[in-house]
Amino acid sequence: MAKRIDVKDLDIYYGDFKAVEGVTMTVEPRSVTAFIGPSGCGKSTVLRTLNRMHEVIPGGRVEGSVMLDDQDLYASSMDPVAVRRTVGMVFQRPNPFPTMSIRDNVAAGLRLNGVKKKSVLDEVVEQSLRGANLWTEVKDRLDKPGAGLSGGQQQRLCIARAIAVNPQVLLMDEPCSALDPISTLAIEDLINDLKSEYTIVIVTHNMQQAARVSDQTAFFNLKATGEPGRLVEIGETQRIFSNPTEKATEDYISGRFG
Amino acid sequence: MTGRSTVDEDPRHPLGGDRASTGRLGDRIFGGLATTSGILIVVLVTLVGVFLLWQAVPSLLKNEANFLLSREWSPSGANPRFGILELAWGTLITSVIAMIIAVPLGVAVALFITQYAPPWLSKPAASTIDLLAAVPSIVYGFWGLNIAGQYFQPVLSGIDGALGWLPVFEDQGTSAKSTLAFAGMILAIMILPIVTAISREVFAQVPTTHKEGALALGATRWEMIRVAVLPYGKPGVISAAMLGLGRALGETLAVLILLSTLSANADWSFSIFNGGSTFASRIAQGAGEFDTPQKTGAYIAAGLVLFVVTFVVNATARIVIDRRKAFTE
Repeated sequence: MAKRIDVKDLDIYYGDFKAVEGVTMTVEPRSVTAFIGPSGCGKSTVLRTLNRMHEVIPGGRVEGSVMLDDQDLYASSMDPVAVRRTVGMVFQRPNPFPTMSIRDNVAAGLRLNGVKKKSVLDEVVEQSLRGANLWTEVKDRLDKPGAGLSGGQQQRLCIARAIAVNPQVLLMDEPCSALDPISTLAIEDLINDLKSEYTIVIVTHNMQQAARVSDQTAFFNLKATGEPGRLVEIGETQRIFSNPTEKATEDYISGRFG
Repeated sequence: MTGRSTVDEDPRHPLGGDRASTGRLGDRIFGGLATTSGILIVVLVTLVGVFLLWQAVPSLLKNEANFLLSREWSPSGANPRFGILELAWGTLITSVIAMIIAVPLGVAVALFITQYAPPWLSKPAASTIDLLAAVPSIVYGFWGLNIAGQYFQPVLSGIDGALGWLPVFEDQGTSAKSTLAFAGMILAIMILPIVTAISREVFAQVPTTHKEGALALGATRWEMIRVAVLPYGKPGVISAAMLGLGRALGETLAVLILLSTLSANADWSFSIFNGGSTFASRIAQGAGEFDTPQKTGAYIAAGLVLFVVTFVVNATARIVIDRRKAFTE
């Protein structure tokens, strides 16, 4: 069920402002790709174009193509709602629905798809929570509010919610930046487990994290302030960290800027 | 006011209570002022209650009719007979009609302004609704009586034709603009701005992360509203509705000039197409002739009931809101 992503000559605009320019990359199925780069370089923006979430911001649009296997995500016949059901997303801050119980949070996506049968919902809830390494911690309080969990647990709850609808791809926008080191470790372990079933793209500010979890790393940067962001270099994580082609990548990784 | 001030009310909040006070002059003055204001309002409400009771009880003791279940209203003379049944019915039914119309409409308008309207439209639309709140109630009553009322006659006939076999929709021959139904509709317009304004405020506060969470799961705009916006805004909508109800219950002038009062020997009817009186309109009507303490006391007893009802409505709203708190962070 994991799919391959092909991005070609992607320009991203907000209104007249060109935020990112000329991104071309391939993400293999069942792999983890990390986006790194300084703040404001457009890595989150690129991530959000992979499930058309950037369109939520008024004026957001793209030129170029994003293919999921042989499906063009930006074909005129493509419904953004359908895209988001195939490409799940986890955000920077854990955002369980505050008015819903743990169970309902995980089941929310399925309910949107019209699944009503309690036995099916219960099964998927358990499977997804197990998949997110959260089941043993919450199985006795599934009816308690999701907002009552710790930050790390909430984030795993959000991952469970995202995988409950059985997506092809999982996007993570700095999923650990609001978490403590222990919770971060739990999420990183989880990413390693999920890799066997999903194509994962993760934005991170933490270069050690990129080195630990990803197979492939993409470095984004701005040419200059006010200029659009661009993809500087993409390659196998080990090579990017040991022997980058571009000088800018080396400077960033070695901590000379950013 | 919107049930969202959890931080202020949470006793565990580090700055809660007076523990943060440093004992400096500014702290003491401000703390004293705030405490005095707080106590003052409680004392004021208690005094109003005590005053109403004190004035009402002597008349109630002399009353020869059942105060809660009688429709009679002749509070003067040696054998006063008065009861609030008709007033309670009039107040209840006009307020219910107003709520049935204004709450869904207000929520819909608030959703449009915060979730659907483009930015250039949402600000002017919001101000226009707020402007409705600034129109004095007498103007609404006058407008209803002289302009809008005539257009309600066909509506009344239509409903009566289709559903007239239900006692509640039976045509009583009352002019359309003087019916409880029409008074309720005018009340709906009057409470619409309150309901809209407060709902709009809470809907606008729904965190972007919640909305994006729903959208990222593949929710459509409407589903996003159902999953993220409405549940988050629910306590706010409840308090909005209750504030609206408070105004509808107590609204006087518009109701007074619209409703045709029933004669003392008219047959009882549950129809919304009948005339009638509310607590407030009856009191306003009698205001010119409060000549004896006994007669005044009868009206004050009616006012006391309104006071208690409004109090209970607000308390209920608080309880409902508090019960939801565990699920709203």
